Amino acid sequence: MAAPLKTFACSWCLLRHFSKAKAMPIALNNFIIRNFTNSTVGKFHPKIINVFKNNVVMTSNAEIHTTCRLAHGDYEWQDPVDESQVVNIEYVDRKGTVIPVKAKVGDNAMYLAHRYDIELEGACEASLACSTCHVYVDEKYLDVLPEPDEREDDMLDMAVYLRENSRLGCQIILTKEMEGMRLTLPKATRNFYVDGHVPTPH
Amino acid sequence: MINIICPIITLVMSGKIFQHILKKYNHANQHRCYSLKRNAKKLKSCIVGGGPAGFYTAQRLLRRNSEILVDIFDKLPVPFGLVRFGVAPDHPEVKNVINTFTQTANRYSDRCRFLGNVEVGKDVSISQLLESYDIVVFSHGAESDRKLNIPGENSDGVYSAREFVGWYNGLPEFSHLAPDLSKESAIILGHGNVALDIARLLLMPVDELAKTDICQHALDVVAASKVQHVHIVGRRGPLQTAFTIKEFREMTKLPNVESHICLEDSKTSIMEEYERLARPRRRITDLMLKMADNPTVSKSSNKSWSLEFLLTPLEVLTENGHASAVRFAKNKLEGKEIDSQKAVVTDEVVDLQSNLVIRSIGYQTLPIGDGNVIPFDDKTYTIPNHYGRVLNHKGVYCSGWAKRGPVGVIAGTMTDAFETADSVIEDIESGVIKPSTSCIKDITESLLHEGISVVDFNEWENINEEEMRRGDKVGKPREKIINVHEMIRIAKSLDS
Repeated sequence: MAAPLKTFACSWCLLRHFSKAKAMPIALNNFIIRNFTNSTVGKFHPKIINVFKNNVVMTSNAEIHTTCRLAHGDYEWQDPVDESQVVNIEYVDRKGTVIPVKAKVGDNAMYLAHRYDIELEGACEASLACSTCHVYVDEKYLDVLPEPDEREDDMLDMAVYLRENSRLGCQIILTKEMEGMRLTLPKATRNFYVDGHVPTPH
Repeated sequence: MINIICPIITLVMSGKIFQHILKKYNHANQHRCYSLKRNAKKLKSCIVGGGPAGFYTAQRLLRRNSEILVDIFDKLPVPFGLVRFGVAPDHPEVKNVINTFTQTANRYSDRCRFLGNVEVGKDVSISQLLESYDIVVFSHGAESDRKLNIPGENSDGVYSAREFVGWYNGLPEFSHLAPDLSKESAIILGHGNVALDIARLLLMPVDELAKTDICQHALDVVAASKVQHVHIVGRRGPLQTAFTIKEFREMTKLPNVESHICLEDSKTSIMEEYERLARPRRRITDLMLKMADNPTVSKSSNKSWSLEFLLTPLEVLTENGHASAVRFAKNKLEGKEIDSQKAVVTDEVVDLQSNLVIRSIGYQTLPIGDGNVIPFDDKTYTIPNHYGRVLNHKGVYCSGWAKRGPVGVIAGTMTDAFETADSVIEDIESGVIKPSTSCIKDITESLLHEGISVVDFNEWENINEEEMRRGDKVGKPREKIINVHEMIRIAKSLDS
């Protein structure tokens, strides 16, 4: 089998990808969907299931998760199985509080933040249609992250308080190399009146 | 295979299954009306307008303060404002934010109520709100639009983008617009994302559009459309466009559609400024230059669009009361800074022929009530405020477009709504706002007394399910209900 071309966080991502591409690939076996459980399969239309069952590689994560929830971001709610999976990262929330998180390889930084109740939004649910999960990445880890693709860059252009080290949280999938990485949420407030205009409070 | 799978994907994509599960998951939370006695000492807040600004403000308030009660008013029986009635039908990903808002409504169902079909200023007065709540947040958005103020603007065949978008997105007010798309060309005035949304709708393949949640009445008209060329015309130059790169890139990638970016008169000024451009502006300019140099020309294309600059509309020319062309003056730009450069008309005049003219030059906030109780700035068309605090009105706040003007995408609205909510929280923590000690009567009692059918969030979900059921039958994520009476009837029908 040829090497996988693209990995998807879950089956929803794959569906979304192909609905964007407006066509299904001829052979699906070049794709890996992470977190593709049998219970997930059951939620799809039988016609899709047949395509998937015959073509898609189910990864080892498939067995871990057996409950019936289909929500995007389920994978991030699973604890690492062993130390080899662990990636320690830190979030800095909008108030400046540092929140260390023991995460694992493959976690999506946006859904991971949701698990730990960090106020990082995800309005479009990782479909690259908004920039509400905008974060700043430590300079030294910028090179560790894969280059943003065009669609991510397009969305970053619309981010509030864009900087050189801006990325979308939903596009950061943790690897071992990201151990120690710090993700800082942009300050939500107190920056609107950059022109020096100071209205009087009531 | 593609034909079989795509509609299914669209269905799945709509989040239908997800929402269904969510609803089942929340079946225990059916009881949404909070007890008055139990909450006598809790802070009561209300938010006027159930769009993204309203829901994001509510979300932040509920998250940051475990005591606060939040009522969200909307004049329509359905929530989500422009996410439902503004976002283009072919951008379902943007509408995913509805899931976040639904989660907020469900997660905090004991402290948060949606009061749909209640028009503030009509069904309930502002002074009534101020009496009934400790905190009032105005997030009613922009209910009007800017006018050109030129001769012929009111003739047949001239529409505002707000009407046009409302028409295809099922805003009850404009559902019967039925624009005439029987001629070959269309002119859209304005260089914002709404202008591109409309152009895309007119040029994209109809079979793609048919899989979206566009209203059937609009789909029928667009399917029969004879429009082949869309002029998108702006007063200023390519460095002043308001649309964002994603929407512009989409236009350049429309299948079998030719793009013409008319940069002839602007290339010199682009080159002069290029080095100083901020990243977002530089990237969009790069794409414009690339498209201008390599226009997409395909043999099979029968549709096209042109992005035209430096033209000020002077007059809509008419024949028998119907628009036939727009007369423009050519402009030159004056001023140093790119953002503040002004278009100055020259003597040179051009006419563009078209029977369909859509004005897309911006939305506009209206003063709420008679404008006396809540202050309103006639110049900026916003509520004067300090980080969301309405000036000189303790306990009154504003959020969203009513606060900062009708610009920007959802990320901006979110940031802005959070800012307002944080101001509220700050004022609660500093003791500026305290729960009213007098016994406040619940507003729903007087609404009931007035005979107003308040639609709550559970009842909205009846509408939601019915819309998805209707969509299911025709291979769409949903078929929106466009009649307010029908919405209410379905909302009030017993749970199936």
